[in-house]
Amino acid sequence: MNTAAERKHTFFANTVADEQEYVSKTIYNVDHFNLWYGDDQALYDVTLAIPENQVTAIIGPSGCGKSTFIKSLNRMVELVPSVKMNGSISYAGQDIFSSGYKVEQLRTDVGMVFQNPNPFPKSIYENVAYGPKIHGIRKKKVLDEIVEKSLKGAALWDEVKDRLQENASGLSGGQQQRLCIARCLAIEPDVILMDEPTSALDPIATAKVEELVQSLKKDYSIVIVTHNMQQAARISDKTAFFLNGEVVEFEHTDKLFSNPEDRRTEDYITGRFG
Amino acid sequence: MTHREQFEADLDRVKQDIIELAQAVEDALGKAIDALFNQDIRLAEEVIKQDMNIDRREKEINEQTIVTMAKQQPVATDLRRLVIALKITTDVERMGDHARNIAESAICLGEEHYLTIPPKIKDMRNMVMDMNHTAIQALLYEDISIAGKLSTMDDMVDDLYESMIQDLLGETAANPEKIQYIMQMAFSARYMERFADHITNIGESIIYLVKGETHKLN
Repeated sequence: MNTAAERKHTFFANTVADEQEYVSKTIYNVDHFNLWYGDDQALYDVTLAIPENQVTAIIGPSGCGKSTFIKSLNRMVELVPSVKMNGSISYAGQDIFSSGYKVEQLRTDVGMVFQNPNPFPKSIYENVAYGPKIHGIRKKKVLDEIVEKSLKGAALWDEVKDRLQENASGLSGGQQQRLCIARCLAIEPDVILMDEPTSALDPIATAKVEELVQSLKKDYSIVIVTHNMQQAARISDKTAFFLNGEVVEFEHTDKLFSNPEDRRTEDYITGRFG
Repeated sequence: MTHREQFEADLDRVKQDIIELAQAVEDALGKAIDALFNQDIRLAEEVIKQDMNIDRREKEINEQTIVTMAKQQPVATDLRRLVIALKITTDVERMGDHARNIAESAICLGEEHYLTIPPKIKDMRNMVMDMNHTAIQALLYEDISIAGKLSTMDDMVDDLYESMIQDLLGETAANPEKIQYIMQMAFSARYMERFADHITNIGESIIYLVKGETHKLN
């Protein structure tokens, strides 16, 4: 029989071991990143490491820079004229803003799902096959396999397998959003960025997408912007709280929602502002 | 009323209800000890009746707390505030049971036992009541420095309990025919010692509320 002191020692040793196991690899390294729209600074000195094969939630009130940040991760933010930035964002060890970096490759590796489902006005099949076709895949058998695999991955296959040639606009909002996720999976990305993916969906469709996010994280790294704090608490492993363009706190989700370090985080998550 | 104002009102109400329950339990302990000293069976019966009300209030406060949790889906300090409300209410209800047990001891000894109740029982009651006041203050102001005082106070109650037990053991040897009386005195002291332990649990809950971590006080 162990003594109490020995048991205590083992307990703490296990805790340390568990924590070490919990440290995962980093997919994105954001280092002192600043961004301006014209003269207005939108992001201030953002520094954080986004873990691989985990769900990272970005929360914060409207206008805090969440969407700007997520759009910086795939360089979509550059589509806004007058945008300028400094600092760095490394993806898989390479600075995505360095000269010579191939943005096409980044957009292949990093898929994105938006707030409102935006399927193409084509068939369900074509929506999913569109990306692989652009990447030069022509063989029907290969495309069929990709479509089936992607729709299964997005938990939509069983609902649409008998009507793949029907127009995607006939699907419900929740199905359309899962179709967009399937379209994203078809190009086999490593990362999926999601900008408020369930804000236009009803609770049941939301629950399906949340469940899907959980199942996808074993194969993909997911970054999700959400206004729904319960959602962030339910599905993410780490959460970053943005306020006025700054990262106030970036922590394991369990810690951030039970005992946040910063008073501003506490005030936001408990609904005192925002 | 905004979303948060309603929530704040619910939180305040839960806290106020718990404080009132803790005061009712303290009142019950005071009466139970008085019943013991004065051989006042009617007062002891009143304590037993009062304990039924305490049990009913415990259920009501817990139900109210659970409804608030379901409606507000609290996080961080708000969540801890409601979780400790459930724990503290349970502790207070158990304290009420101990007061009731002492009242039952008074009934068990009856009105005419012609025995002297050890004055240390009263000293213990005063200490325990003092602890209860301290816990109420700590809860009211969510003050961990006040809550921390409960640890030392509980040690003093424990010491007094030990010393009482020693006295009673001596009595057993000298007057074995008084065993029934001695047992009831030992039980009453033990009930108060347990009463004090529940108060330290309340202190631990307050520390958890403020710091988000557990800390033992006894």
